Amino acid sequence: MTNSIAPLPAGTTAPDFTLKASSDKEITLSGLRGQPVILAFYPADWSPTCSDQMALFQQVLPEFERFGAQLLGVSVDSVWCHKAFAADRGLTFPILADFHPHGAVSDLYGTFNAESGMAARSLFVLDKDGVIAWSYLAPPGVNPGADGILAALEALPDS
Amino acid sequence: MSFSNESKLTLPVGDRDHGQGTPGSPITLVEYGDYECPHCIAAHSVVREIQRALGNDLFFVFRNFPLTTSHPHAQIAAEAAEAAGAQGRFWQMHDAILERNSSLSEDLLLELGNGVGLDPSALAQSLADGTFKERVREDFMSGVRSGVNGTPTFFVNERRYDGFADFDSLMDAIDAIKG
Repeated sequence: MTNSIAPLPAGTTAPDFTLKASSDKEITLSGLRGQPVILAFYPADWSPTCSDQMALFQQVLPEFERFGAQLLGVSVDSVWCHKAFAADRGLTFPILADFHPHGAVSDLYGTFNAESGMAARSLFVLDKDGVIAWSYLAPPGVNPGADGILAALEALPDS
Repeated sequence: MSFSNESKLTLPVGDRDHGQGTPGSPITLVEYGDYECPHCIAAHSVVREIQRALGNDLFFVFRNFPLTTSHPHAQIAAEAAEAAGAQGRFWQMHDAILERNSSLSEDLLLELGNGVGLDPSALAQSLADGTFKERVREDFMSGVRSGVNGTPTFFVNERRYDGFADFDSLMDAIDAIKG
């Protein structure tokens, strides 16, 4: 099976979506207009690289907040898996379940790996109008860190 | 090649750093580490081996990158090492923390501090006051801005190394840089 992963590039309007953040809470991207949004797609809860990445993002959260930015993690895991993962790692930002239909939002952003059935590790910074200002696909197994996100937030016209 | 194309050390090595060897050596190896991270404990002996192999060609710098959500004692351990640094005993404390035989706690840090000749009550006071909190945060943020993505993260002559943290892999990467 061929599978090309190509995250939507800068300049594209970010496709709207509604995903569950918990069993009783949904987040709609367009509801966040007016502030920058960071989308962090990652393959799976619990896998070592992802865990480091989310723990790192948790710790850098105050820096993201200085830009008024909302961080959203996204993986194909279910809300229950996310709940246990967030509790275990002390994550306080929403992690969204791209669970049903499986990987649909990841696919919309060009970052679904149809071979593995998971999202590729990729980052998007959206401006306050919901336009992608920066996107990045991390090499397999490499945690991308937060430097690219901070640089992209700094480069937004309002900051 | 096991180096990142994007991420480079944003805060150059300088006077504020704790280093071993001679500044300006052909190879400068910077480690961002967390004293409660098992991989950093493993990397400690790898760094030792690299220091032995490269001798005067290497300047080694350690900066703090405590990931406190996973490692609850990492921050206080970093502050204890910095407190030791302020008394000229950074490396003694650094080694003592990484070569400890039991799990980290404030009591253990005070005991290790005592072992390397720090005044226990002064150390306890600086930990209680958070005297070195800001300094550790500065290290941490310099790491974040340089693309540190977990611990340990190494930079070889300011380029982020993305390979495995074992001796052979790291030496291969260093050799490639030396040319």
